[in-house]
Amino acid sequence: MGIVSAIGHSVSENLDALLNSKPGITSISSVKTHHANTIKVGEVKRSNADLIKALQLPEHTNYTRTALLGCYAAKQAIQNANITAINSYRTGFISSTSVGGMDKTEIHLKDFATNKAVQKYIKSHHAGDSTQKIADTLGIDGFVTTISTACSSAANAIMLGAKLIKSGRLDRVIVGGVDPLSKFTINGFKTLMILSESDCRPFDADRSGLNLGEAAAYLVLESQAIVEKENKKVLAYISGYANANDAFHQTASSETGEGAYLAMTQALKTAQLNPSQIDYINAHGTATANNDLSESVAIKRVFGETIPDFSSTKAFTGHTLAAAGAIEAVYSVLALQNQVVFPNLNFKTTIPETGLQPVTTIKRKPIKHVLSNSFGFGGNCSTLIFSKL
Amino acid sequence: MKPCYIYSAVSISAQHTFDSGLGLLEPLALQPNKVNAHHPLYKSYIPPAALRRMATGVKMGVTAGKKALENANIIQPDAIVIGTGMGCIEDTETFLNAIIKNDEAYLTPTAFIQSTHNTVGAQIALGLQCKAYNNTYVHGALSFESALLDGLLQVEDDSASTVLVGGLDELGKEFIDYIDLIEDKNEGITVPFSEGASFFVLGAIKQQHAVQLKAIKTFSALTLENVRSVFMAFLKENACPPETIDALILGHNGSKYDHYYTEAASCFPKTTVQLKYKQCIGEYFTASAFGLYLGVTLLKNQDLPSLLTCGDTPKKPLKISIIYNQYNGRDHSLILLSL
Amino acid sequence: MSNLKQELKENIIELLNLEEFSVEDINDNDALFGDGLGLDSIDALELMVMLDKDYGIKLTDPKEGKEIFQSIAVLAEYIEKNRTK
Repeated sequence: MGIVSAIGHSVSENLDALLNSKPGITSISSVKTHHANTIKVGEVKRSNADLIKALQLPEHTNYTRTALLGCYAAKQAIQNANITAINSYRTGFISSTSVGGMDKTEIHLKDFATNKAVQKYIKSHHAGDSTQKIADTLGIDGFVTTISTACSSAANAIMLGAKLIKSGRLDRVIVGGVDPLSKFTINGFKTLMILSESDCRPFDADRSGLNLGEAAAYLVLESQAIVEKENKKVLAYISGYANANDAFHQTASSETGEGAYLAMTQALKTAQLNPSQIDYINAHGTATANNDLSESVAIKRVFGETIPDFSSTKAFTGHTLAAAGAIEAVYSVLALQNQVVFPNLNFKTTIPETGLQPVTTIKRKPIKHVLSNSFGFGGNCSTLIFSKL
Repeated sequence: MKPCYIYSAVSISAQHTFDSGLGLLEPLALQPNKVNAHHPLYKSYIPPAALRRMATGVKMGVTAGKKALENANIIQPDAIVIGTGMGCIEDTETFLNAIIKNDEAYLTPTAFIQSTHNTVGAQIALGLQCKAYNNTYVHGALSFESALLDGLLQVEDDSASTVLVGGLDELGKEFIDYIDLIEDKNEGITVPFSEGASFFVLGAIKQQHAVQLKAIKTFSALTLENVRSVFMAFLKENACPPETIDALILGHNGSKYDHYYTEAASCFPKTTVQLKYKQCIGEYFTASAFGLYLGVTLLKNQDLPSLLTCGDTPKKPLKISIIYNQYNGRDHSLILLSL
Repeated sequence: MSNLKQELKENIIELLNLEEFSVEDINDNDALFGDGLGLDSIDALELMVMLDKDYGIKLTDPKEGKEIFQSIAVLAEYIEKNRTK
């Protein structure tokens, strides 16, 4: 696994922040915006220049921040999985992003016609560009693709990776997602009036919206055959996955949480697990009025009276959009490895309609199965289940 | 593993393809730099309340998707999978220009919401009230192929009995001019930039005259030297020697990277008919979805449009076809169809 | 007041792309949301920006909109009372 987020530039830094309840939510410095005083964000405290240097790239590349953050996290993942010869097995790469090259396009759009120096960013605008650059950095020539289903994107990338291994098409696949902060998304979410002016409060009755975040995370999935052949240490298994659509509204979730309900129940079915076997839910929990209520209703529909321990980690990282599913996949694996439920920060009062109480302080207990939710615009709802053998 | 058949194929393109098969009996001449699709009357397919917010690409996708389902007699597919290279560039341009023009003030949400890459998949699901699997691929010239592979996987492993798969891109108003501006005037793409939507319904049960989607393979990077070995391996994996391939559908766009197609064609005997199509429908990231549309139509109708064939066209039944595409030497895809 | 109502009808049709409606189709007391014009929550956000931009009225909570956007008559009355430009 490799990760770079507002709470750390490595897996161990992220774990340390999670265990010590240290959130990464601050005011914004990497993007120039008039909203700087009225929003808080989860920002990666490394500039593009820092990242270019760390990645040993030429100074004048056309790497967008999306590509830079993605390369940084993906390289870590390869190292972490002890991969030296990437093409010794049929290896694929699946990334996800919603911002793509917008971080550069939004700065240079009106100069593209006349300023030759910035024209290099015309080609880096489309969403597949950062993926291609990351794949090239890793040396992956074969199956490479990008998924964009808004805030559920990375969960779908992980799901596709698992399916490609299961079908025997690939032996190994690096999966995940990346999104930087951008003026485009900040203003977009602002128009929907769902950005909080203070630290976000997932699942709290008085929640006032989300904090945007930026991050990248990738996980290396390998077939059982590689694991056996190379005697590799397995961090966790992907035991269940599902993708369903709420088909209710272009941006809002339904009152019944139908899409979320379908995703969770179908993921349990593919994992052949009963709801009672889930030890921890890493919820989508964006802290918008709409999501948290709808997700709570769906959780109650799936789990009935005995709700598993659950928390949203978005108060640590902010909502990292297309990357969120990958960030939270890493956290789900960390929960399994360390047998710990991470806290839902800034929570005070239960939502009156549902009365659900998230875990608010570190809780150590045996954990065998973690369910992770990712929902997005367009009704996209995806659920992954990670298990310990 | 179940076989995967293509039940229907629908295409909105710069030609009259939406109403009449290949629609090339009376070909429309293309403008040199950029060409809009020949649009159907969207009012006949989309309710006004939904239509009022839709940009061109969403209209094209929803309409082509609707007709593909109708032609396959499917009301609710078990999955909806979309590929789009540039996504909803029209609304992206609208929202971005509003940010710049108003300096982040007085912004409204509609264009932002509609600029999200998965808008077409979401709008189709909303229209059908379809709660099934829904995914969107946005990987340049492999966007459609990724969606097609996703659909194939689901039919093969029986997680879906029918899948709606589509590839679409809209031209937009501004960004395309920048792309055109930096295109190499000597060695770059010579066919116009364009737009279109091609949609298909996949399913596992063999219907009469159904074309089978046998295989699809993609490569992020491929050197010219390796084209032959990749083709040979693909043919071998699928137990189809070169002489069994009746038609080879190639994505020539006039750039220096057309050498890849020459190299690919050299793998096949003279009895394999070669076709190219981008001179008629232009170039865009999901233009290869039209390539598949052409392949399916060809096998179904047993009709070779002379505008698209190159060289000799021996008269014989068309049973097996390969569609090969790449973009500027990257993002290569091979699709194998059989009747 | 009737000028304002006329202006609102024209602006709403233009702003929300309500191609199938003309000014004459919208009665002052028709419901804008639900069964009437069939507007939804996204339109409400659009109308809030219109209030701010055209009449200098800032709403911060989408819930406030619900009361104000009942009909052209209610909306016009609210604007008359609260406009700053």
